[in-house]
Amino acid sequence: MNFSLNEDQKMIRQMARDFATKELEPKAAEIDASGEFPHDSIKKMAELGLLVMVIPEQYGGAGFDFVSLAIAVEEISRGCGSTGVITAVHNSLASWPIANWGTDAQKQQYLPKMATGEMLGAFGLTEPNCGSDPASMETKAVLDGDHYVLNGAKRFITNGGVADVFIVFAVTDPAAGSKGISAFIVEKTHPGFSVGKHEELLGLRATANCELIFEDCKVPKENLLGGLNQGFKVAMGTLDVSRIDIGAQAVGIAQAAFDKALAYSQERKQFGKAICEFEMIQEKLALMATSIEAARLLVYSAAAQKDAGKKRFSKESAMCKLFAATTAVEVTKEAVQIYGGYGYTKDYPVERYFRDAKCMEIYEGTSEIQKIVIARSLLG
Amino acid sequence: MILSKQHADFRAELRKFSREVVRCGARVCDEQGEFVDGNVKAMAERGYLGIPWPKELGGMGRDYLSYAIAVEEISRVCASTGITIAAHTSLGTYPIYKFGTPAQKEKYIPRLARGEYLGSFGLTEPNAGSDAASVETTAKKTEDGYLINGSKRFITSASYAGTVIVAASLDRSLGRKGVTCFIVETGTPGFSVASEENKLGLRGSNTVELAFEDMLVPADSVLGKEYEGYRIFMETLDGGRISIGAFCLGMAQGALDALARWAAGCGRLSQMASARLSDVATEVEAARLLVYNAAQYKDADVRADKECAFAKLYASEVAVRAAGTAMDVIGRPALTPEFDVARIYRDAKLGEIGEGTSEVMRMIIAKEVLSDIAAEQQEER
Repeated sequence: MNFSLNEDQKMIRQMARDFATKELEPKAAEIDASGEFPHDSIKKMAELGLLVMVIPEQYGGAGFDFVSLAIAVEEISRGCGSTGVITAVHNSLASWPIANWGTDAQKQQYLPKMATGEMLGAFGLTEPNCGSDPASMETKAVLDGDHYVLNGAKRFITNGGVADVFIVFAVTDPAAGSKGISAFIVEKTHPGFSVGKHEELLGLRATANCELIFEDCKVPKENLLGGLNQGFKVAMGTLDVSRIDIGAQAVGIAQAAFDKALAYSQERKQFGKAICEFEMIQEKLALMATSIEAARLLVYSAAAQKDAGKKRFSKESAMCKLFAATTAVEVTKEAVQIYGGYGYTKDYPVERYFRDAKCMEIYEGTSEIQKIVIARSLLG
Repeated sequence: MILSKQHADFRAELRKFSREVVRCGARVCDEQGEFVDGNVKAMAERGYLGIPWPKELGGMGRDYLSYAIAVEEISRVCASTGITIAAHTSLGTYPIYKFGTPAQKEKYIPRLARGEYLGSFGLTEPNAGSDAASVETTAKKTEDGYLINGSKRFITSASYAGTVIVAASLDRSLGRKGVTCFIVETGTPGFSVASEENKLGLRGSNTVELAFEDMLVPADSVLGKEYEGYRIFMETLDGGRISIGAFCLGMAQGALDALARWAAGCGRLSQMASARLSDVATEVEAARLLVYNAAQYKDADVRADKECAFAKLYASEVAVRAAGTAMDVIGRPALTPEFDVARIYRDAKLGEIGEGTSEVMRMIIAKEVLSDIAAEQQEER
């Protein structure tokens, strides 16, 4: 196992870090408060090639590896948690499944536009009554001539309110349970598609998280993705990849909180000395730094499995997501604690990190689901 | 713990009040960052702003355990209201009741107990947080009284308060021994609210920065005696930890309520979810016993710094953990207002910080444990 980054990966880290520091961090508090989607930042990220990093160059992608994508998501999230998940969703939940399961025509039609940011992507799996259990899906798709007709609703969809293209899952064979689900590429212009209510979230508030509504929504037959009744495979395969980036996002948020807390502990004086001189604070700093480093290695290691062409890496991706999410929640909590009363105010960014981090344990499979995925892999 | 009939009845009364009245404004006040004024008025009408004070001073004449139960039940549905009643009673009123002259008590306790005045406590400063004794606010003795200059930060309810107990130094070269406490009426010239904090949680409570510019207070506004301020605020904080513990306990119970409500509605409960539910329920009960235990020490008039610190440390960590677990297990719906756990998650973090951080609690507990063992060793010899 190689622990050092190659030149491309180092270059991407530097580029993404500079961008996050200059472009994202200064706006993060404002878009968190207003909930306004960062359209400008997304445009700039398209120019830097950050929107379709792992897509082959022939479809307008940057052709980078999954370790590079994880590094980019980590650095972007370090500047702004909302922008981090917007990027992760567009890259690994929306464009990657098209690249992996799409027909050549689908790839030609969507990927170049997703590369330039002309089309922003989203992923519609979760439903009001179907969170961790996709087999209980209620959205249905029925073939009618040259169209599928979709009816139902999706909830908690990141980028939902602003995306142009959605990977949507619907039941095509109600008797077959999880084997009766299919994936579709749905455009916001398809008749019968609409955006429902905007969620008021605890954190990651600038992500246009919305409900999607399908009322006799007509989707061209050729927009079926990955074959009829293959949706569960598409969903699980996509989540294996995207969980690596949620792990990366968690590492980025934790790192941001740690950097701030470390600096503050050296500035803040109580009882006549800097608080970093107290062992109780030192213990916190040591544990925070150690967990972040371990989480980062789990993330890169999972991404490296994917890059090495391994077919199944559910366990590695669940492990990195589980551990990094726990780390982010714990580290951001301790960062608020080190800041004390100041950490509880919006004068400093640590309270935002604390709110943003919590979602890491919840979306793209809760921590409980990750444990089940890991245990199933272990039990074979 | 089996409560006496009197305490059980009081709990039932407070639970009804909390569900029917306090809960209504909780979400809106949090979302809008509006002070829980309506709830304060409703508490005042029912006498809840003076639960542990004698009837002759306008209080309800109940004990500390009753008061802790009230703070718990109120915080269970609205932590912003919970912190407001806790700060008013334990920090804004208690020091006057305990250390005030008969004249000060007669003047202020009935007004505070009836809610004509909301009480507040001004100790923390920009550079005096955990190191509370290093107050930089100064008081200078003059012919007309005391001239106070300085500022305070993170002061609960001060915008709405009638009185603020202010800690100031008569002689900064004496360190903690120079600190004196004053009862300051908020209408005093030179007293001003400089700004309001924009906070992570408890957004329906009022937390402000205060500025004192040549604020002249009368000579009889000294609380206790000159140079006794450190002892007064330390003892006040020790007792205050019972109500902060009760406040955290209420939030933890609120998180448990949401988790249980979700579990009851989800049909077959997974083993993992059922294990988390059990863990949270067990921790909440342990926190409750620690809080009630500390309250009973207070009712027996036994100083119990260690027991108060146990209650505050443990209940605050349980509240944060319970809210976090409830969110994980419930999943994404927990992030939305439907289950209200996201609000508790934000509110609860203050418990580990306010009125002595968890680090300070651990320092107190270690000190007390070491002094216990020293006393034991002394006895053996």
